[in-house]
Amino acid sequence: MSSAAEIAAERKERRRSWLLSAPALFVLLFAASGPLLIILVYSFLPPGKYGNVEWGFSLDAWVGILYSRDIFDGTYKLADAHLTIFWRSLKLSLYTTLFTFLVGFPTAWFIATRSAQMRAVLLFLITIPFWTNLLVRTFAINQLIRNEGVVNTFLIWTGVIDTPIQIVYTDFAVFLGMTYVYLPLMVLPLYATIDRFDMRLLEAGCDLYASRWQVLRHVIVPVVKPGIIAGSILVFIPSLGAYVTPRILGGGRNMMIGNFIDLQFGAGRNWPLGAALSVTLLLAVAVALFVYVRYATRDDNRV
Amino acid sequence: MTIVSDRAFSVSRLPGFATIAVTVLVMLYLPIVLLVLFAFNAGPSPAIWEGFSLHWFPRAWANEQVKEATIRSLVIATSAAIISTSVAVLAALGTTRRRKSPGQTFVYLMINQPLMVPEIVTAVALLILFGFIKVATGYQGLGYLILAHSAFCIPFAYLPIRARLEGMDITLEIAAADLYATPWQAFRHVTLPMLMPAVAAGFMLAFITSLDDVIISLFVKSAGQDTLPTYMLGQIRRNMTVEVNAISTLLIGLTVILLTAFFLLTRERNRPQK
Repeated sequence: MSSAAEIAAERKERRRSWLLSAPALFVLLFAASGPLLIILVYSFLPPGKYGNVEWGFSLDAWVGILYSRDIFDGTYKLADAHLTIFWRSLKLSLYTTLFTFLVGFPTAWFIATRSAQMRAVLLFLITIPFWTNLLVRTFAINQLIRNEGVVNTFLIWTGVIDTPIQIVYTDFAVFLGMTYVYLPLMVLPLYATIDRFDMRLLEAGCDLYASRWQVLRHVIVPVVKPGIIAGSILVFIPSLGAYVTPRILGGGRNMMIGNFIDLQFGAGRNWPLGAALSVTLLLAVAVALFVYVRYATRDDNRV
Repeated sequence: MTIVSDRAFSVSRLPGFATIAVTVLVMLYLPIVLLVLFAFNAGPSPAIWEGFSLHWFPRAWANEQVKEATIRSLVIATSAAIISTSVAVLAALGTTRRRKSPGQTFVYLMINQPLMVPEIVTAVALLILFGFIKVATGYQGLGYLILAHSAFCIPFAYLPIRARLEGMDITLEIAAADLYATPWQAFRHVTLPMLMPAVAAGFMLAFITSLDDVIISLFVKSAGQDTLPTYMLGQIRRNMTVEVNAISTLLIGLTVILLTAFFLLTRERNRPQK
């Protein structure tokens, strides 16, 4: 076959590939990726008086992420309220990631070491909550821990407490809710790597007189590391951008970045600030993904 | 327990892991089970049991807002699942079973983008974009919601279809071509029938994903266009009634049915290949 014909065939193949992908790309560009550019533009515009924006150029939104201007003397100072929200978002996301790992790892391990039939059943049991409406699951937690909720009602009924314990509308409630809704995202990738783990390595470790802890630390963790990283990223990213869970369980005072963005487009009437915050959140996610890709590829090279 | 004697069996068993795992599974289901249980409560509280009753289900359905939101959610989910699955099938055909190229990586990134970008960011972006279009065209219909849902459902429809295509035996299509089938005939009579379980699976995942969405719907919807989830979110501010439990129960039931079907479909797929 002549190389010209090969090139022509390859070109035809490539064009066919683009044509087939075009409808999907069009929908995504129009209703997912493209609009993100508008956000970037909006973050450099001055806010309108009654919401939306005015046309012009302004860096106020970007300055406004960290600093607030005094209305009277025009001086800038650090916006404590904003910093509190950023810190809360980061802190709760890290706690959630850590805690889902601490309970998710033993769970994934337990599932992976069952018989084939049991594994299928247990995996299905983990998958159902994962696909169950996030709002419904958050509601379920809310009904459990609210002041008139099941836990408090039960404790009062048994006489353990007289007045309900305030759990809902605290940072702890948001942490609890996020742990609950994102746990399957940690268990599933962990399971995937543990499932491929060669259990004979454990026997080898034990035969060489390693303690269980040493085996865990030096044999298991290095091998399942890709799963740990994947699970952590899968939990950390949605936690950082969480909106529904902090809104229902944190209320108005325990906002995370997602709710803070929402506020700018609603009562806050500062769309450019909302846009700048969105770009910031997007960048934070990009950094997390970048770290993930670097770690994941490095591990691939080593193995 | 003597560790030495059962070591042969238990090297893979780490102390305390079983306890944690069982606790996790119980805790994963306890809130959902209670939520469902109280949907059948005779009383008005989602925390104090007053006896069994089914009356919350017809009562929820009698609520005009709930009925409209349910129908709207189903219309959106069906449309979005059809659109996203259709474009996902084409994209999967275009991106699998060929040499890797930079263009292909770009398509993968684009398709998976909705999984990476926080929903709230896409939501406010769509609020702005669709705001412009609404003013420019005057059209306020469900089209915006359907389009937005179609976009974020694409990765969910695409993944099972792509997986199936990659695992599929290409020789059958070559055989069809040898027997003078046109590319379309080969696709229609050979590829598509083999692909069908994955298409159905992708459709169901897209459907569930659309049905579950709160954030994007909340920002994209016009006035009076509540979907079931946005309606439920609105109820949290008021005194919560068991109505929410009843709706949630139906949503959970639907999810379980669709997921079971999904698993049966994908299991069917693995069997003949082994």
